Amino acid sequence: MFALVDCNNFYVSCERVFNPYLINQPVVVLSNNDGCIIARSNEAKALNIPMGAPFHIYRDFINAHRVKVYSSNYPLYGDMSNRVMMSLAEFNPNLEVYSIDEAFLKFNQTSGTNSRRGTLKIKESIFKWTGIPVSIGLGPTKTLAKIANTFAKKNNHHGVFDLSSKTKQEETLKDINIENIWGISKRWGSKLRMIGIGNALQLRDSSPRRIRQYLGVVVERIVYELQGVACLDINEILPKKNIMCSRSFGNVISEKTILKQFIVEHTIRACEKMRNQNTRAQSVYIFLKTNKFNKEKQYNGGIVLGLNTPCSDTAQIIKLTSSAVDMIYRPGYLYQKAGIMLLDLIPEGINQYDFFENTNYSLSDKRMKVVDLLNKKFGAGTIANGGLRSKNKEKWDSKKYYLSPRYTTQWDELPHVT
Amino acid sequence: MPSGGIRSGAGRPKGQGKFGEVTKPVRIPISMIDSVMTFIQSYDLSLPIYSNKVNAGFPSPADDHMEGKLDLNTHLIKHPSATFFVKATGDSMIGAGIHEGDILVVDRSLEARNGKVVIAAVDGNLTVKRLKKSGKDTLLSPENNNYKPIKLTENNDVVIWGVVTNVIHKV
Repeated sequence: MFALVDCNNFYVSCERVFNPYLINQPVVVLSNNDGCIIARSNEAKALNIPMGAPFHIYRDFINAHRVKVYSSNYPLYGDMSNRVMMSLAEFNPNLEVYSIDEAFLKFNQTSGTNSRRGTLKIKESIFKWTGIPVSIGLGPTKTLAKIANTFAKKNNHHGVFDLSSKTKQEETLKDINIENIWGISKRWGSKLRMIGIGNALQLRDSSPRRIRQYLGVVVERIVYELQGVACLDINEILPKKNIMCSRSFGNVISEKTILKQFIVEHTIRACEKMRNQNTRAQSVYIFLKTNKFNKEKQYNGGIVLGLNTPCSDTAQIIKLTSSAVDMIYRPGYLYQKAGIMLLDLIPEGINQYDFFENTNYSLSDKRMKVVDLLNKKFGAGTIANGGLRSKNKEKWDSKKYYLSPRYTTQWDELPHVT
Repeated sequence: MPSGGIRSGAGRPKGQGKFGEVTKPVRIPISMIDSVMTFIQSYDLSLPIYSNKVNAGFPSPADDHMEGKLDLNTHLIKHPSATFFVKATGDSMIGAGIHEGDILVVDRSLEARNGKVVIAAVDGNLTVKRLKKSGKDTLLSPENNNYKPIKLTENNDVVIWGVVTNVIHKV
């Protein structure tokens, strides 16, 4: 039996814990650089403000409806997320943190009224301890638990929905659009629609074999999961094939040296993520972009560079990415966004020896392990490669006009009580 | 111009090898190589005796009773995921020893029982008061005669936020 615990409107809920005035008010939280709306309270959803809407388009509407606006406060959300996950672990240590606001739990017992009561208790305790409301979906597989969670969010279910009975599955799966199933991408969704599969029930009742031939083993596994056959265990997430680190700048940048430093910083971060999942990259993609909403002259530059052998060494990849900037940079443009993508990641263990190059990872791996450990223990950026001079950071630091205090991580920003 | 012969100062300076001093080749009978090498290796192992300082005094009688250091975190925080710090402003709770600028340790997991100092959200603001239940009435009571208690009714919007467990006060 699996449970998916999902925090309701997580970023908004975090703001509300320390600013109770926001309770029952329409609230939205903006993405990095105050670009798009990435979290909405139920009241804001009721005003039909869409997820991902560009803030500048909705600004007047938001003012007119007195919607409260916040820039994203990641130190706060990260700390609150930690608290929720730690609290969940007190109930069930068999836990997989799936994202900043979602976790899977695996229970040994099968379904029953006990599990519903136990789940309600978890939900209530998380709210009492952290102030964060959560919804919990229960099911025999992770995929079904995820679907159950969307029903748990609906008003009449008090935040808990159990999808372990076959009859419940029959009733509900037909209402789930194919694209809304966990793991089905938009592209797979439209391919499945082409063969007449439009909802979760239809996918469940199709032949796994046929699906495998049509779309591969990943979708076949989803068919089995919908049938109630658990194929994914806790912590069994496939490592990402590509890792992207990109950002819009707070202000446009035209100098090459600053762009290069930006790329170096984001290369360092991307490489960290790559090593964290024990993979190596085979090629990298770098891009620079001007602001397409502007009337200035436009430029979109990008280049893919291959690595001779799979690599996870930050220093080597920086060499490549900073030379990539030299290749694609054109003077005279006002750049607004840049990024790096590590491509074709393969597991560290796979080792195809190069005919010309003597690939010996042991020294580089050891070095990177020390770097990662230091940065983990003493904070990000404790040790970094020479190309990074952080004093230029403010040039690309994002706009945050509506930032709330870091209530839980800074002594001088604690909430005040009268 | 001379060519060949001894060039003084050529080659590696003496004493740079792994032994850290000048070395000298020695002839030994082949049959004895093994035993000589064993002797050298065991000699090597015994080196740390010279590099280690030995305290040859009387052993401390407290050694067996070491208990580790006192940790304020574990003393003040019983439930880390539910514990928050807030800063007091104003003097409404001066009688409970809560001064302006004090840091309050708040545990949200505790039950707000009668008589506890609590943080409550009253009409959207966070406030610290003592919870008093008398008969049917529930009050949020200040500890300063200049302030009036807040009576909890269905009309006012009050939610108990957490229970204050400790006050951190600078003297």
